[in-house]
Amino acid sequence: MSNSPVDTDEVEHIAELARIDLDEDERDLFAEQFADILASFETLDEVPEVDRDPDLTNVMRTDDVEESLDREAALSNAPETEDGQFKGPRVS
Amino acid sequence: MSYNGYITEQRIDGADDGPLAGRTVAVKDNISTAGVPTTCGSAMLDSYVPPFDATVVERLKEAGATIPGKTNMDEFGMGTTTETSAFGPTENPAAEGHVPGGSSGGSAAVVAAGDADMALGTDTGGSVRCPAAFCGVVGIKPTYGLVSRYGLVAYANSLEQVGPIAPTVEEAAQLLDVIAGPDERDATTRDPDGETDYAAAADGDVAGMDIGVPTELVEGADDAVRERFWDAIDALESAGASYHEVSLPSVEHAVEAYYVIAMSEASSNLARYDGVRYGQSGGYEGNWNETFAAAREDGFGPEVKRRILLGTYALSAGYHDKYYKKAQDARAWVKQDFDEALEEADVLASPTMPVPPFERGESLDDPLKMYLADANTTPVNLANLPAISVPAGETDDELPVGVQFVGPAFGESAIIRAGSALDTL
Repeated sequence: MSNSPVDTDEVEHIAELARIDLDEDERDLFAEQFADILASFETLDEVPEVDRDPDLTNVMRTDDVEESLDREAALSNAPETEDGQFKGPRVS
Repeated sequence: MSYNGYITEQRIDGADDGPLAGRTVAVKDNISTAGVPTTCGSAMLDSYVPPFDATVVERLKEAGATIPGKTNMDEFGMGTTTETSAFGPTENPAAEGHVPGGSSGGSAAVVAAGDADMALGTDTGGSVRCPAAFCGVVGIKPTYGLVSRYGLVAYANSLEQVGPIAPTVEEAAQLLDVIAGPDERDATTRDPDGETDYAAAADGDVAGMDIGVPTELVEGADDAVRERFWDAIDALESAGASYHEVSLPSVEHAVEAYYVIAMSEASSNLARYDGVRYGQSGGYEGNWNETFAAAREDGFGPEVKRRILLGTYALSAGYHDKYYKKAQDARAWVKQDFDEALEEADVLASPTMPVPPFERGESLDDPLKMYLADANTTPVNLANLPAISVPAGETDDELPVGVQFVGPAFGESAIIRAGSALDTL
């Protein structure tokens, strides 16, 4: 079994961090399922440290002004807009 | 039979001429189509209409293809059965009562049923190859960086590629020819070196080809799957290829590493669904955090919530080193193992899926069981390599079995050549 058990309070805390409300049934089910899934993730402890040699190079372009999505198109899927801008809920 | 392959059937016409003129290519519903709904199989995006085309859609249209519609999929690509779609599950047209595999199950199903000539899927941990294997068609997961992801709605961007699904290897290769190549809108794309006429590589000429068989990816498979796999190897031997067994000890940890990385990336990528710029807002009262959390409870299904939460957990303070960093070590180890094995072989071969198609509903209550079915496909995404799934006959219960060939980075021509030798099986 996992040595970092996730109880329903922990699931509730993660859900808060992820900004997803859960009902009680989901919370209980996830707590149960997460125990098994996290226990399987524990097997990663057996992985040796590996010399990582990422074959990466930066790809840069010149900062030229180009055509982009126009404002009307960018706003076309927003549930609420005002004066050509997205309208969201109050921040606090 | 209504197998629920499409979420939206709306025709998009391409150019009059081109290599795909007169052919239909269905498109998975997480690939943006200007003016045509793109839902990702989620209630969150059920009324989302992209204002632009994905690069691969532009290329299909330029090549003369007709897009008959957008295909069903596991919600945001998260599933192995196409049962987590908010628009209902897809049934397997090649195996009644069974799932078509996922997450590109709709794309494989419409091709298997003959309702589209070809289709595009996306493959993050096997989502093109699994449904291709389960539906008895061909699917290719390209090398990371061969095909543009611009306009693909992100799930786990370090792992995913758009890939073709078709009835034969040659047709899948023709479709790859159309969508492959660098795109200035996706900085991870590269110009591939070497042999890049993929359709021409489907010549079935495997004389002298050296095939490595990773024992770890064969031993765990069902007997019925293993029998078909060895039949395929026998056929390749008869055609002049030879094989040797290889060991890839790292792959024992691939599924776990894949899920930690994919879930972590998903928790970040799916943070964008706040119901303000697009998607379901629910119209809730309250401050930003409260309305955001309520909209996301409504909009996401259980598998998506599960993965976002687990990814949030794996990245949270105190757990990052334990899960995410270890998974990155495993990823580097898998990559090293594959690179070494491919120094001694032209391609590696294994069953695509260790099991035949599940019965419908069988794996929904046990997410871990569903995850473990991805044992043979996820290592390839971790290693950024190309792979193809090719039909290898059926089990005695008439369930399709697929064989997977994995090649070196940008070695698509080698896996296409190997796969095409089985086209006539």
